[in-house]
Amino acid sequence: MTDPDRTDRAADRPSSDLMKRETAVEKARQKTAALALEFGKAWEYAPAPETPDHVKLEERYQLFIGGKWMPPKSGKYFDTVSPSTEQTLAQVAEGNAEDVDRAVKAARHAYDKYWGKMRGAERAKYVFRIARALQEKARELAIVETMDGGKPIKESRDVDIPLASAHFFYNAGWADKLDYAFHGRKVRPLGVAGQVIPWNFPLLMAAWKIAPAIACGNTVVLKPAETTPLTALLLAQIIEEAELPPGVVNIVTGAGETGAALVGHPDVNKVAFTGSTDVGKKIQRAIAGSGKRLTLELGGKAANIVFADAPLDQAVEGIVGGIYFNQGHVCCAGSRLLVEESVHDIVVRKLKDRMATLRLGDPLDKNTDVGAINSRAQLERIKELVLSGEREGAERFSAPCELPSKGFWFPPTFFTNASQSCRIAREEIFGPVLTIMTFRTPDEAIEKANNTMYGLSAGIWTDKGSKIFHVATRLQAGVIWANTYNKFDPSSPFGGYKESGFGREGGRQGLAAYLEVQ
Amino acid sequence: MPLFSAPAVNAVAVEERAAALAKRSIKKGAKVAGLKLSISMMDLTTLEGKDTAGKVRQMCRKAVTPMDSDPTLPSCAAVCVYPNFVTIAKAALEGSAVKVASVATAFPSGQSPIAVKLDDVRRAVEFGADEIDMVIDRGAMLSGDYAKVFDEIAATKEACGPAHLKVILETGELGSYDVVRKASDLAIAAGADFIKTSTGKIQPAATPPVTLVMLEAIRDHFYQTGVRIGMKPAGGVRTAKQALHYLVIVKETLGDAWLTPDLFRFGASALLNDVLMQLEKERTGNYQASEDFSKD
Amino acid sequence: MAGEKKTATSVTGRDDDGTTLPGSAGLPRGGPIARHADSEAPAPRVTVNKAYKMYVGGAFVRSESGRYFQVRGSAVGHDTDPPTVNVPRASRKDVRDAVLVAHNAKVSWAARTPFNRGQILYRLAEVLESRSSELEASLVRGGTDADDAAAEVDASIDRAVFYAGMADKVSALVATHNPVSGPHFGFSIPEPMGVIGVIAPEKPTLLGLLSTVLPVVTTGNTAVALASELDPRTAILFCECLATSDFPGGVINVLTGHPFEVAPIMAKHREVTGIDAWLSDAELRTQVERLGADSVKRAKTHAPRDLEFWLGERQGQGIGWVEPFLETKTVWHPVGL
Repeated sequence: MTDPDRTDRAADRPSSDLMKRETAVEKARQKTAALALEFGKAWEYAPAPETPDHVKLEERYQLFIGGKWMPPKSGKYFDTVSPSTEQTLAQVAEGNAEDVDRAVKAARHAYDKYWGKMRGAERAKYVFRIARALQEKARELAIVETMDGGKPIKESRDVDIPLASAHFFYNAGWADKLDYAFHGRKVRPLGVAGQVIPWNFPLLMAAWKIAPAIACGNTVVLKPAETTPLTALLLAQIIEEAELPPGVVNIVTGAGETGAALVGHPDVNKVAFTGSTDVGKKIQRAIAGSGKRLTLELGGKAANIVFADAPLDQAVEGIVGGIYFNQGHVCCAGSRLLVEESVHDIVVRKLKDRMATLRLGDPLDKNTDVGAINSRAQLERIKELVLSGEREGAERFSAPCELPSKGFWFPPTFFTNASQSCRIAREEIFGPVLTIMTFRTPDEAIEKANNTMYGLSAGIWTDKGSKIFHVATRLQAGVIWANTYNKFDPSSPFGGYKESGFGREGGRQGLAAYLEVQ
Repeated sequence: MPLFSAPAVNAVAVEERAAALAKRSIKKGAKVAGLKLSISMMDLTTLEGKDTAGKVRQMCRKAVTPMDSDPTLPSCAAVCVYPNFVTIAKAALEGSAVKVASVATAFPSGQSPIAVKLDDVRRAVEFGADEIDMVIDRGAMLSGDYAKVFDEIAATKEACGPAHLKVILETGELGSYDVVRKASDLAIAAGADFIKTSTGKIQPAATPPVTLVMLEAIRDHFYQTGVRIGMKPAGGVRTAKQALHYLVIVKETLGDAWLTPDLFRFGASALLNDVLMQLEKERTGNYQASEDFSKD
Repeated sequence: MAGEKKTATSVTGRDDDGTTLPGSAGLPRGGPIARHADSEAPAPRVTVNKAYKMYVGGAFVRSESGRYFQVRGSAVGHDTDPPTVNVPRASRKDVRDAVLVAHNAKVSWAARTPFNRGQILYRLAEVLESRSSELEASLVRGGTDADDAAAEVDASIDRAVFYAGMADKVSALVATHNPVSGPHFGFSIPEPMGVIGVIAPEKPTLLGLLSTVLPVVTTGNTAVALASELDPRTAILFCECLATSDFPGGVINVLTGHPFEVAPIMAKHREVTGIDAWLSDAELRTQVERLGADSVKRAKTHAPRDLEFWLGERQGQGIGWVEPFLETKTVWHPVGL
């Protein structure tokens, strides 16, 4: 059948028929590409706000130290503001180094006197109490979380609060089983843990930190983020109501200086930090040589890899959930979309249509998908990076949604025509901004995915099982979601490779951060 | 080796998405508007061995005027009956805009020779059916004889003449979303005006995720051709809340253009009364008793 | 360079200008070969001395800098070494080259099956056993007490066997299936980190090197190690064992030189993912941790421990030595049709 001469001749001759056909195909393609779905107001949802009526916030919150509410030594308080309305919700005490010292002393006292000696089975019951109380107060906590942080109520209601409770449940059960956790190796608690948490999942991060620490027999001084301190203070009330021995958990509110005083305190045995890579490095530097144990959960720039053989409609859901969940204020957000070139256009088209259905607005509305940006400072940072993307020649698309006039808002956005070297492809934006790039082969996808200083998470979308294992093995990332994204569970270890930090939170592995394992 | 291929479906993710859409909170004006819209999309159905002319006439009256006390309510889109009752329904609905749909093609199993099935269709159309709800040959689908499935649909479409063709996939028998998707693509390619989940005789019948998978097939067809295919979940939709959930799925998957009886239908019998109850509740502010609503 | 901190007493150092640093005088020397022969006796055979080189990428190399330091030691048995021996003094660029080699070796080493890595480690144990008397003599020459030397060599060989059998057990010991609440299958598995920098303890000079390097490589990491400056010759002899075992080049790389020079360079190198530094100088330990922060390095520093610690089967080896240089990778997948 093969006749090389003939084939050659055919290839050399410009085929006008072929060209005509190609033109026709291209025309048809353009025509259908112009067909748009309309997501208008044919049947509009009425506002469905969760009512904050029965939520009673205090005007002013003190520090929770040694089981008591104490005014800060500085006498200073700062406002915590709702990012969706810019209204002040409450005043919160600004703890200074003296307050931190009081809190660490209270924690040390509690460790020496009660908690370090208590039988695991008894400790467990206290931790279970906290878990239950979080369930009982779930609605209130969800509303406050949404008011203070700007995230949609459906997320605080369905993700943050239930997971926070689940972390206490999960870790409570470990308290009396630690002897089995490490194959018979002896374990003992570390002592006082100083914990500094971010503003993107305020209560959930408090739970990630406090639950394993106290279940393992440590006592805690926790510093919540200054823009979102309220749910941690409500958690302190729960801990008070659960009658934990005084000083087992201490909450000291404040900003960066308060945190620095905490991690630098000489009587702290263990430091746990979740936040930016920059601050993480500072902490690592600051405590060098101190003998303090350290876990860091830092930034990310995750690649979400979509292969052509993936179920694309579900991949698009994963892309949207990966980057627009919690306004993109997620360290493991799938902020780089690597899509196989052959399906780039259809994926982008589906993505645009999907984004047209995203509802941005009042975070307390149960139908809101995208809430407010957490703070003005964060909004400015997002805007600056988006501007850099435009300057670098990437093509911007933003969901067609109206932004409220008050508060801090940014529409769900993506960039196409971007390259690995763009700032929007390298730097963590921590906002609802996705950078889309293409690849041709699996090796190229892996290479690009790993081409970052971060290594927290990654996504793989393909219908081929063996490809999932092949790619997952080669991705330098601590959490890999295959055919799903942004899933969390207290039994599932979470944490990064490379400059995304070290140590794991969750699961049996998460206990190791709070124990001396011999 | 079958030549026909269709996209795979990620089952967990589809179910997750359908469940997420169920959490839309539809209140007040949106609820009333959605419920009225859903009445206008109903194919009020009776498909029983004990069906009689009396039963069909009563149902037709309810389809035209769902509730006498509220003249603002729309009529249902259609009644759906066996071929034997098409003439009766046609007469009962005279003067109204309510259509007559008839099941055909050896409903519900489809296990008859093609000639019998086509004859079934032609006669129903002759009796006056505006719409034909056919069943596919699930045995052929599952054994990989896609050509047979395709050809039967194409032949049925031809036999329909002016009548609209709804193709019932009987998703409860197809075993996986992958096959549902494949059957959807086949039916659309073969000429279906609507694709429909179920006969109502097999459990599970319509479910939100199955509907979502079929809507995605419709969406991809629209992307490729600009042609809008209709969708009909049937069986298992019994409550107003479920109906609103389906409308949400349609609205957020295909958009405004599909929020019309021309492109979306419910195949249901018990649904209507629950929708009426909820509408009364919205109107009066009080919870209703089921005995207050006519059981036709 | 002159006047840098010295911590080891049995080391003599020479800087590029040839100045002998203090701390080297008074060590006994000797050997079976008379070096000033009686003129009437038959002329003694002139021995061939070994040139000591570092082990990088499976080859023995000098320092690119041309720098060296000197060690002395009493010859034991059939030792041909002169009383003073020149050993390469690893430079910044030597560290760079070794890290590059280790980096290039890591993918294929990690991709080998744990069973295969175990086999290679076991082969190393065989080679060590076959050269045990030589290792023992070398230790003694380097200043180790004769009784301790025998115990140290035995323990070193057994340690290799321990980690040979560890390679394919690590997963069973640390991996988990995560029973998440939802329709997903989740598991967490250990993975090697990449290139690990090791500053071996001063003492024990052989067992310390094996005990720190082997747990790192058994899981698929590659290592760049700095041998004890007290007795680099024994470390190099160990490298000869490596070279004649089945270890691929680049998996274990051994430099000789001074911790105060090499450790900070390793700590700063961004391609070095983790560092295991055994340093007697507390300030140097702090420095390593601090410098490592720039790349969020997994930096573990330790003060010296006594021989009993290193010989101990519970303390000197175990899963606890392996874990600090493993990453945990968690994978989720939906369970559905």
